[in-house]
Amino acid sequence: MDFSFTDEQSMLRDTVASYLADHYAFDARRAAIKSEAGWRPEVWKAFAEELGILGAPFSEELGGLGGGPVDNMVVMEEFGKALVVEPYMGTVVIGGGFLKHSGHGAAPDLIEKIIAGDAIFAFAYAEPQARYTWQDLKTTATKDGTGYVINGQKAVVIGAPWATHLIVTARTGGGQRDAQGVSVFLVDKNAKGVTTRDYPTVDGQRASEVTFENVSVGVDALIGAEGNGLPLVEKVMDEAIAATCAEACGVLRRLQEGTVEYTRTRKQFGVPISSFQVLQHRMVEMFIQLEQSISMTYMATIRLSEEAQARAQAVSAAKVQIGKACRFVGQNAVQLHGGMAITDEMAIGHYFKRATMIEGVFGSTDHHLARYEALSFGKAA
Amino acid sequence: MNLDFSPEDAAFREEVRAFIAENYPKDLRAKQDSGEPLAKDDYLAWHKVLAKKGWVAPSWPKEFGGTDWTPTQKYIWSEEQARADTIAVLPFGVSMLAPVIYTFGTEEQKKQFLPGIYNGEVWWCQGYSEPGAGSDLASLKTRAERVKGDDGKEYSIVNGQKTWTTLGQFADWGFFLVKTDPDVKPQAGISFLLIDMKSPGIEVRPIITLEGGHEVNDVFLDNVKVPVENRIFHENQGWTCAKALLAHERSGIAGVARSKRGLERLREMAGTEQSDLGGPLLSDTFFKRKLAELEIDLTALEFTELRTLAGESSGKGPGPESSILKIKGTEIQQRLQELALEAAGHYGAPFLRDLGHNANIGPDYAQGVAGEYFNGRKTSIYGGSNEIQRNIIAKMVLGL
Repeated sequence: MDFSFTDEQSMLRDTVASYLADHYAFDARRAAIKSEAGWRPEVWKAFAEELGILGAPFSEELGGLGGGPVDNMVVMEEFGKALVVEPYMGTVVIGGGFLKHSGHGAAPDLIEKIIAGDAIFAFAYAEPQARYTWQDLKTTATKDGTGYVINGQKAVVIGAPWATHLIVTARTGGGQRDAQGVSVFLVDKNAKGVTTRDYPTVDGQRASEVTFENVSVGVDALIGAEGNGLPLVEKVMDEAIAATCAEACGVLRRLQEGTVEYTRTRKQFGVPISSFQVLQHRMVEMFIQLEQSISMTYMATIRLSEEAQARAQAVSAAKVQIGKACRFVGQNAVQLHGGMAITDEMAIGHYFKRATMIEGVFGSTDHHLARYEALSFGKAA
Repeated sequence: MNLDFSPEDAAFREEVRAFIAENYPKDLRAKQDSGEPLAKDDYLAWHKVLAKKGWVAPSWPKEFGGTDWTPTQKYIWSEEQARADTIAVLPFGVSMLAPVIYTFGTEEQKKQFLPGIYNGEVWWCQGYSEPGAGSDLASLKTRAERVKGDDGKEYSIVNGQKTWTTLGQFADWGFFLVKTDPDVKPQAGISFLLIDMKSPGIEVRPIITLEGGHEVNDVFLDNVKVPVENRIFHENQGWTCAKALLAHERSGIAGVARSKRGLERLREMAGTEQSDLGGPLLSDTFFKRKLAELEIDLTALEFTELRTLAGESSGKGPGPESSILKIKGTEIQQRLQELALEAAGHYGAPFLRDLGHNANIGPDYAQGVAGEYFNGRKTSIYGGSNEIQRNIIAKMVLGL
């Protein structure tokens, strides 16, 4: 049993933290997310070239740093602390995850491009009707000669405006909500028939509504087995959820520490408001929620390597804790800051927005409670 | 980062598991299973087996009888005891007093008292709380005054009242905090005394708790004569001893292993009890949700405890996460008791102890649930109430 980080992981953390301290101050981020592009390609370039972190979770044969989920955790936690919007999740965690787990023919080449910062991925899985049910798909991929033709609409595809590649779930068989018949495709974002409507999200990211109209792809666009893609989707999603939990830990830490700091300087009735016991106990509860969230993030990240059921149960348990913590810590951080927290100028409100959106990322608290119940108590229960 | 136990640790687990299976007293097991109240000898039966084996006080320094186990081994030991549903070794002598004696006592005091604690020959009770001194322990009023006896030796004469003295009705000796200087700030005028409970002037009166049990007592001290050599550490420095005691034995305070057992039992109950919606309670949308949330909360606590343990193993000492263990641990225990009472439905109500009945009414699993629920409210109150724990975290961890 060991919860320590290797020297490489500690170095990775220091590298990311010190870069972000220099280049990702609150004002710089605020200007970037309000710009036309909504992100800073030069930061992405620096991640690739200066820091070399885009290869963190890839094996050395693939040109990576030889890490795994713990390395994603380290990066994402630091990203959470700085509210980084650049698409590490979609590209490295999810795009990279699909490529390395599927053994797709183009994987070595594409991973090389990811590591170099030249390929950016967005995961088009959600549909307007599907909420968080990953296999609820109206998007279809129909066999056509040797390839497929994709038709359908995908909702709130995070990072799609910046992406070069889309990973798309589509139905090649079965009914709309069946586990069987789910397939995963790699689609060039510039492919004919792909149209996007781009927009900012409330927490400073960019997303698109993506429409596929008779998009023709070759047989090599298929990632994993035709019609049996759901287990692969679940595996990559669980990795993405664990990484989101890590990001949340960074966000929660800033909310908790920022609140402690603020209450020590803010004076009312002639004393710092941190001297009031009712506020002290609230901040202790925030701290407990943060520590319990860190514990669950470690637990889920380590258990990503276990068999599917244990992995999914661990990940959903962690997401439930994170979801509750994001709500409690976020709302109370705002409450203790008072009116200042709901102005756009103060960083705390921006952390609150991200924490609130994380509650719903890859499944809400209720969704993951239900998933956990089904796994822990069995289908009959 | 990994969750693997080393081959040595796995072998250790096998060893302790086999030892418990072979050596746990059969009579004690039978009484536990039937829910019969335990007598004095029952409480000590497992203690004596462990003393013979050399495992009664794993945390003590080796020279006094400790086992020199790693934090991971201690964790495995507590897990295996919970798994086998053993009774706990009473904490008063082994966990609470002994560390004070081997840290602050004289050589004579160590020789005089530690073997009796180890072997379970002397039953100890704690004399800290008073009717007017609970969370504000330092405000205690029990007085000790120095006098010279007719034999020319020095004595303390003790007068006052202690309360919440757990299992004091069985005690041979007690360790007491008494005021020896009323004119200084409260913490500075307290001494730590060991008192023979057979001394003239001591009276132990039962306090009957909500579930009908006699676990705690009032202890009255009326001109009790205590030889001065029974004081641990310097006069007026007993608070130092008491504080050290509070910091001791963090591991196990979360009660994770016991709560896991409790959760298993609750799941068994809920698998049998019927839901209003038809089918077992375990399939009831609402009950299932509560159970799932509790299970997740317990997992989070388990990993917070494991992080603490890993910190201790690497010699870092307990980090900030360890101060969470008492609060979350007791909240989870109480939630378990709450849900067990809910799950029992109608049969949570029958209460036969007052009439001296032994016959059971309703299913076996429902027998203890109300009693455990009412008695269990103590856990967030004792050992520094959970509000006091929050004050400690606010001050020591958050720097408020």
